[in-house]
Amino acid sequence: MSTISRDEVARLAGLARIDLTDAELTRLAGELDVIVESVARVQEVATDDVPATSHPIPLTNVFRADVAEEPLTVEQALSGAPDAEDGRFSVPQILGEEA
Amino acid sequence: MSATTDLVPYDEAVDRYDPVLGIEVHVELGTVSKMFDGAPTEFGAPPNSQVTPVSLGLPGVLPSLNGKAVESAIRIGLALNCQIAELCRFARKNYFYPDIPKNFQTSQYDEPIAYDGWVEIELEDGTPVRIEIERAHMEEDAGKNTHVGGQAGRIHGAEYSLVDYNRAGIPLVEIVTKPITGTGARAPEVAAAYVRYLRDLFRALDVSEARMERGNVRADVNVSLRPSPDSPLGTRTETKNVNSFRSVERAVRYEVSRQAAVLDSGATVTQETRHWHEDTGITTPGRIKSDAEDYRYFPEPDLVPVAPSREWVAELHGTLPEVPAVRRKRLQGEWGFADAEMRDVVNAGAVDLIEATVAAGATPAAARKWWMGELARTAKTDGTDLEQLPITPEQIAELQGLVDSGRLNDKLARQVLAGVLAGEGSPEQVVAARGLEVVSDDGALVAAVDEALAAQPDIADKIRSGNLGPVGAIIGAVMKATRGQADAARVREIVLERVGQG
Repeated sequence: MSTISRDEVARLAGLARIDLTDAELTRLAGELDVIVESVARVQEVATDDVPATSHPIPLTNVFRADVAEEPLTVEQALSGAPDAEDGRFSVPQILGEEA
Repeated sequence: MSATTDLVPYDEAVDRYDPVLGIEVHVELGTVSKMFDGAPTEFGAPPNSQVTPVSLGLPGVLPSLNGKAVESAIRIGLALNCQIAELCRFARKNYFYPDIPKNFQTSQYDEPIAYDGWVEIELEDGTPVRIEIERAHMEEDAGKNTHVGGQAGRIHGAEYSLVDYNRAGIPLVEIVTKPITGTGARAPEVAAAYVRYLRDLFRALDVSEARMERGNVRADVNVSLRPSPDSPLGTRTETKNVNSFRSVERAVRYEVSRQAAVLDSGATVTQETRHWHEDTGITTPGRIKSDAEDYRYFPEPDLVPVAPSREWVAELHGTLPEVPAVRRKRLQGEWGFADAEMRDVVNAGAVDLIEATVAAGATPAAARKWWMGELARTAKTDGTDLEQLPITPEQIAELQGLVDSGRLNDKLARQVLAGVLAGEGSPEQVVAARGLEVVSDDGALVAAVDEALAAQPDIADKIRSGNLGPVGAIIGAVMKATRGQADAARVREIVLERVGQG
């Protein structure tokens, strides 16, 4: 029984900006299906009295003091940028999706 | 985007429809370092000079949570009468946009640090309005895009964009209301009063400078209309980044008028993000709002949960200041200011300054006179805020003390004030350095009067013969000779004594 459709994989790929071929979409739909089914089996045994785990190490409240560090220089910050202008990263035009 | 938008006059719109608001307010916390790294947070620094590899989302970096930011978020939550989570997590909100260098924003999703609160705000005429708070959560700010080419700064037609990541990673708290109903025609006023209430609260908590013009506080305003208060909620629009109280009010009015026209025409309101245009006072459509699942939220694996102990929460509760609106009412009573006077003081941002001046020994009336008079004019001329002026409330109290003790008259006091503002030191130091004290030594005054009488014998004769009209001329001469430092009333007495009319 397939729970993940090719269309869903295509939509997720679009959201994640991953370009997939038709063959890859089909293959990934099958592979994701296996993962989802495995998780579904875990969910069957995970009852309400088992809290969800997001971290394997039982730690909480790890805080840093509010102290400023020496930042990078502007030159260092921009050193890996393909293009820069006026101390800023230059990026291609952004079309139709202002956040 | 259509060139013209149909609008229904506001009064008609609220006559036919019941507006419902939802407001999201982002406040930048005033920490010295960012939310997840030690990059400094100085405002106005050169682009990309306040960044570390974490701010830039470089490969392999790990976040490290700023404890002060968590503390501020809890204090904000408590001040909003919220529950504070026993345990909460950060989550990744995934989307692609150049101002988010990691391709996700570290935020909170289903486990906000604070939830289920309320505040009671007051409209200008004193009407109380209760606003229910859904949640307050922690997240990080994004960088700043500048669109180059095309129409000045607008995204449409831009050829490329420049990104400054100084702001990326600055701690934010986002406060979300539950739907605000029952405001009727006063919806715009309620929205603005709520944002103002929060701004004042952030300042009272000392968690942010909360300067609207710097974008420290930004509001996203959701508006929907329904035929009547009994109807289900209508489709909402979200107008992003409205950054002044007046704009909040105008944006709500505009959306009510616009949506009423859409509904009147039989069409449906599109659920979307809209942009506010300060210059033209209109909103225009942005992107169609994504479903929450499009962000593919999941727990941030690089940060452990935050579990504030109840002891810590209680301790922070003990640090909460008096609610600003309550405090204002109390101070107005103590100071005996009229409503209009108090409103001016509040609007000028002088409440704290006057309170400190009074605490330093001045009367409320004198404190108000200085801050709302000479100093307000100076601030206006210099294009700055009262609190930015290089003078302290203690210095104002000291200056007023010199006036009260008779050592300075009003004119001299203004000169001393100018000296203090010019950085010449405390009022006492300026008095000493500039030699500005009122001359109260009778001997010196008698000598000056005699000199003035001798210099103008005609006038002296007239006064001697009982014509007191020209006394002013002699007083003027004495004031000039003493560089304004004489007590004019005392000079007059001495003049009359010396000519035998006293």
